[in-house]
Amino acid sequence: MRRLPFLAAAMAAGLSTSPAFAYMVYVSNEKDNTVTVVDSDTKEVVKTIDVGQRPRGITISHDGKFIYLCASDDDTIEVIDTATHQIVATLPSGPDPELFVLSPDGKTLYVANEDDNLVTVIDIESKGVLAEIPVGVEPEGMGVSPDGKTMVNTSETTNMAHFIDTDTHEITHNVLVDSRPRFVEFTPDGKEAWVSAEIGGTVSVIDNETREIKQKITFEIPGLRAEAIQPVGVRITADGKKAYVALGPANHVAVINTGTYEVEKYVLVGQRVWQLAFTPDQKTIISTNGVSNDITFIDVATDEPVQSVTVGALPWGVVVSPN
Amino acid sequence: MKGMVPNTLVIFFGLFVASVNASPVAAQETAPQQAAPKAGAAKSGQEITEIRIGYLRAYEPQLALSVLDVPPRDEGVAGATVAIADNNTTGKFMGQQFALDVTEVKPDADVVQTFRDMVARGDRYVLADISAGQLLSIADIGRENGVLIFNVGATDDVLREEECRSNVFHTAPTRSMLADGLAQYLIWKQWPRWVLLYGSHERDRAFADALRRAATRFGGQILAEKEFKDTGTARRTDSGVVQIQRQIPVFMQDLPDHDVVLVADESEVFGTYVPFRSWIPRPVAGTAGLMPSAWHPASEQWGGTQIQNRFAKANGRRMLSKDMSAWTAVRIIGDAATRTQSADQQKIEAFIRADDFSIAAFKGQKLTFRKWDWQLRQPIFLGDSKSVVSTSPQEGFLHQVSELDTLGVDEPETKCVLN
Repeated sequence: MRRLPFLAAAMAAGLSTSPAFAYMVYVSNEKDNTVTVVDSDTKEVVKTIDVGQRPRGITISHDGKFIYLCASDDDTIEVIDTATHQIVATLPSGPDPELFVLSPDGKTLYVANEDDNLVTVIDIESKGVLAEIPVGVEPEGMGVSPDGKTMVNTSETTNMAHFIDTDTHEITHNVLVDSRPRFVEFTPDGKEAWVSAEIGGTVSVIDNETREIKQKITFEIPGLRAEAIQPVGVRITADGKKAYVALGPANHVAVINTGTYEVEKYVLVGQRVWQLAFTPDQKTIISTNGVSNDITFIDVATDEPVQSVTVGALPWGVVVSPN
Repeated sequence: MKGMVPNTLVIFFGLFVASVNASPVAAQETAPQQAAPKAGAAKSGQEITEIRIGYLRAYEPQLALSVLDVPPRDEGVAGATVAIADNNTTGKFMGQQFALDVTEVKPDADVVQTFRDMVARGDRYVLADISAGQLLSIADIGRENGVLIFNVGATDDVLREEECRSNVFHTAPTRSMLADGLAQYLIWKQWPRWVLLYGSHERDRAFADALRRAATRFGGQILAEKEFKDTGTARRTDSGVVQIQRQIPVFMQDLPDHDVVLVADESEVFGTYVPFRSWIPRPVAGTAGLMPSAWHPASEQWGGTQIQNRFAKANGRRMLSKDMSAWTAVRIIGDAATRTQSADQQKIEAFIRADDFSIAAFKGQKLTFRKWDWQLRQPIFLGDSKSVVSTSPQEGFLHQVSELDTLGVDEPETKCVLN
């Protein structure tokens, strides 16, 4: 299904030289147990894959060959071959996996197990569990530093970001953030971890050196009640200059200047926007809009919404093929 | 009804009292059985501070029209216990340990000495699941001793109105909040013509009052009312269904045409019998049919699945409204202790009373206190016995401060003078 595979090498050689290039966008649809595959160029649905119960967290191997998908109600992680769109394996996730993050070397998955207050560390090759790390109540957000040395988990009822050493699998720091922290994203230079708090309505920027909050970002949209602004997904551009924050039932994505921490724009997308993903060329960022059953393509250069595409029921997570 | 308590229940009751007296230990044992995180948890050598939370409840076994509605033996307490475990999971990182001290009395008991004993044991936070009268008998003693009381059971508006107290926080909603949540939905549905059936006990009349107030507030019309007198019949009999099928339609046949039947029967005398037995085919709402509540055992929205799973695993049953009100109260104390990084009661109290205080409780938005009566603002679930139908406030019911303040008595109309 992948288009122009021969261009992959050119891609790797220089992102900026590639013209409008078709990537595959994979969207997990929480309600109807499917993954929708959308062509980023034509913006058309090319395939709908039946998967396990309640698919949420979704990511892709660095070589683009395999999708990893949290099938939350099946208590498993499914591995989908991107060439055949078949489920080819499952990984032992522990109960109710919701979100995970892939280590920078692509060998390890760190999984948040909401029901058991655990982070499970999975070796992808052997499909074995390397460690189970007790964290706070309702672990959810998962982030890993670009050097792979630090993994961060957020616990939604404990309201902490737990910094975990990936060698020892032990917690080194606990940073209190606002209510229901949902997502962790490191800046590309590894100096900051951005943590969204859904009910608190803020994003905490944590200094990865001191492990203290250096900045707390708040949001305000005219005409919207503060309670409706519920930050969830966070993505930061590869050049580290702009951050995008999905604001849940506020139906907007905030665009933040990472230098000043000021919100520079609110982009109107669809209803209940939760997760975000860039295309590898960084020209587009895609949001999942759960209640309106669609995804929105946003142009990163202008921060204008370009087009929305209807996917399955309650789209939750999104990932884009790297090639 | 009180005379009908079977002996077996009395014996069980005695055993339970014996067991709950050892509750601080029990509560700790229910904390998740996990190895404490090794590094970075409580800093090595850091002292563990204990925060005691008292739970004063009035209980005796109750009958219900449906055996499915008999209140669980540990209603409310089970929610507090789960929250203690949650607080302790967080507490491991903070060097804080929470303990629950449950004391149980009869519904008509004098609770003054009981409460003084709890205070003497060091309880500075007390969850109260007792009657309004019992609560008022201890509220001022609590204030003199610097005790914060969290009302998790009493829905009486009067406790937030004429009889409000500055040291009593309410995590349970009021009858008027429940009635308003229901009325908003019926208006949103454009089903505004109602008839009201209410029981003959004080609490039934209180809920009927709340429904009348809600009708006035949101444009509902109560076309007729009828009292169903409690004549002291048995709640369940082997052949009762045959008679009920004939009695209820006869009771309702002289009512004018209407959209919805409202039922106010907190006492469980007749309400459950109304749906599907009415004279004309109409939906039923109130204490039967579509019911407003602080929580619904089937709510899975807004992360609800997680608390539901946690609760069911710990207690072997579904989570009810009182469990959620108690969970929320214990979490309020726990969150304040976490965020002030302190067991100092003054700091914790100041934190809870601060303008920016909020708590997350699986209801889709932050919950805050009304400063004028210390009532927790909260959405109201509307559900039948199986599932959530809707949550209020409904779309379009606007408010200049918080849409949650469209539910219950608002600041401009409050009779509360805090002291």
